[in-house]
Amino acid sequence: MGILFEDGNFALFRDSFLQTVELSALSALLALLIGTLLAAFRVSPVPALRAFGTVWVNVFRNTPLTLLFFAVVFGLPRLDVHYSSFVFAVLALGIYTASFVCEVLRAGINTVPLGQAEAARSLGMGFGQTLTLIVLPQAARTVLGPMSSVFIALPRNSAIAGAFSISELYGAQQTLNERGYSILTIFFWVALAYLFLSAVIGLIFRFLENRLAVAR
Amino acid sequence: MSSSSSTVLYDAPGPRAKVRYRGFGVLSLLGIAALLWYAYDRLASTGQFSAAMWNPFQYTAVQQRIVDGLLNTLSAFGVAAALSLVLGALLAAGRLSDHRPVRAAATAIVQFFRAMPLLIMIFALYHSMFATSPFWALVTGLTLYNGAVQAEIIRGGVNAVPRGQSEAAFALGLRKSQVMLTILVPQAVRSMLPAIIGQLVVTLKDTSLGWLITYSELLYVGKLIASNTSTPQGYPYIPVTIVISVIYIGMCLALTALAKWIEARGRRGANRRTSVAA
Repeated sequence: MGILFEDGNFALFRDSFLQTVELSALSALLALLIGTLLAAFRVSPVPALRAFGTVWVNVFRNTPLTLLFFAVVFGLPRLDVHYSSFVFAVLALGIYTASFVCEVLRAGINTVPLGQAEAARSLGMGFGQTLTLIVLPQAARTVLGPMSSVFIALPRNSAIAGAFSISELYGAQQTLNERGYSILTIFFWVALAYLFLSAVIGLIFRFLENRLAVAR
Repeated sequence: MSSSSSTVLYDAPGPRAKVRYRGFGVLSLLGIAALLWYAYDRLASTGQFSAAMWNPFQYTAVQQRIVDGLLNTLSAFGVAAALSLVLGALLAAGRLSDHRPVRAAATAIVQFFRAMPLLIMIFALYHSMFATSPFWALVTGLTLYNGAVQAEIIRGGVNAVPRGQSEAAFALGLRKSQVMLTILVPQAVRSMLPAIIGQLVVTLKDTSLGWLITYSELLYVGKLIASNTSTPQGYPYIPVTIVISVIYIGMCLALTALAKWIEARGRRGANRRTSVAA
């Protein structure tokens, strides 16, 4: 069990852990941004935007994340799009997660009582105002539960980035394995790191839920 | 118009709103068209549509490789799906058990394997137990993770069956296992079938992780074809990605459609109670 504290392994492990956190946080931001936009598209009065949102969500929810990474990392450079592999990883993870965020948000929008939107409209609010001022803030509260499972899945999915030359926890697992340490010991530490991450994200969401809860 | 619940966000458009929406519609169509054209232009200007790039797909050897890869993907999916359903049923039974130690053990197993990244698990399995057989490393990993998730789905379904059902069964003198097997599980499976199939889609998607432990499934085959074929325009990564994406997304969409169809059928049918409970 002590391998973590030998031969500078700890620095490697710490850096990979931070890389996982950074990758997850940035893609979470991107996913929230695109996901909210897509959800707005999917409930908008413009049929073209609705169709765009539907196609996007259906395609990306049914794409294996590994395939998406493959397409982004090996495909985009052939189209003369060149970024660092970290940016590519954030893109792939963000786009993939955005479709799940969109579906959760859309389900949340449907749970907001009809009277709320009707009242907003009778006050003369347009679609944009109704959505951003009245419906989305209330939907955000009810979707915290399902949203937490989307964002707990995110660091787990980010492990795939390790296979595409990002030195995060999966990369650390590979490196330590090549250095000849027992794989079960490595697995123990890496598993611990991921359990810690999902516990922290779960706690953040529970805190938010308590904070934003409204007595109905 | 889409569903009635989303139309409540905006009024039935009057003459001016209709014009405005039409304007937005034209603008967004233009935007989407520009996006598509940009993508097409990028693809065309880098020579991705040239005959040389797509030529490899005419060789029977390449076609045979893709078919083999597809069959490997499907066999890993089939075995993992069957095993994960069995494991899910066992773990769900454990979590619903009356005996506290059994319950605690099942809960710990489910929570642990649900929180583990599948790739980390598959990699550890590959290097510790299945060094000679990436197939079984992949299938074991998929089974453990998806079994844990299926267990939660099945448990949720059993708990969602109205209590009167089990009370009535106990009152008729059925034993614990009889109540579970003949009363609760059939109703639970019925209401949970869409969620179970939804998780099977995840299983199918995750078979692509086999590539990373050198299991020769579809994506592995694709990488092999792309990196072994040299054309004047470079390696055909984009054509290969397009072909493989179509296969993967097609398979997943078909499974998703099946789940949606079963869901719609359950809602329509006479057995409304269980589907509402879900």
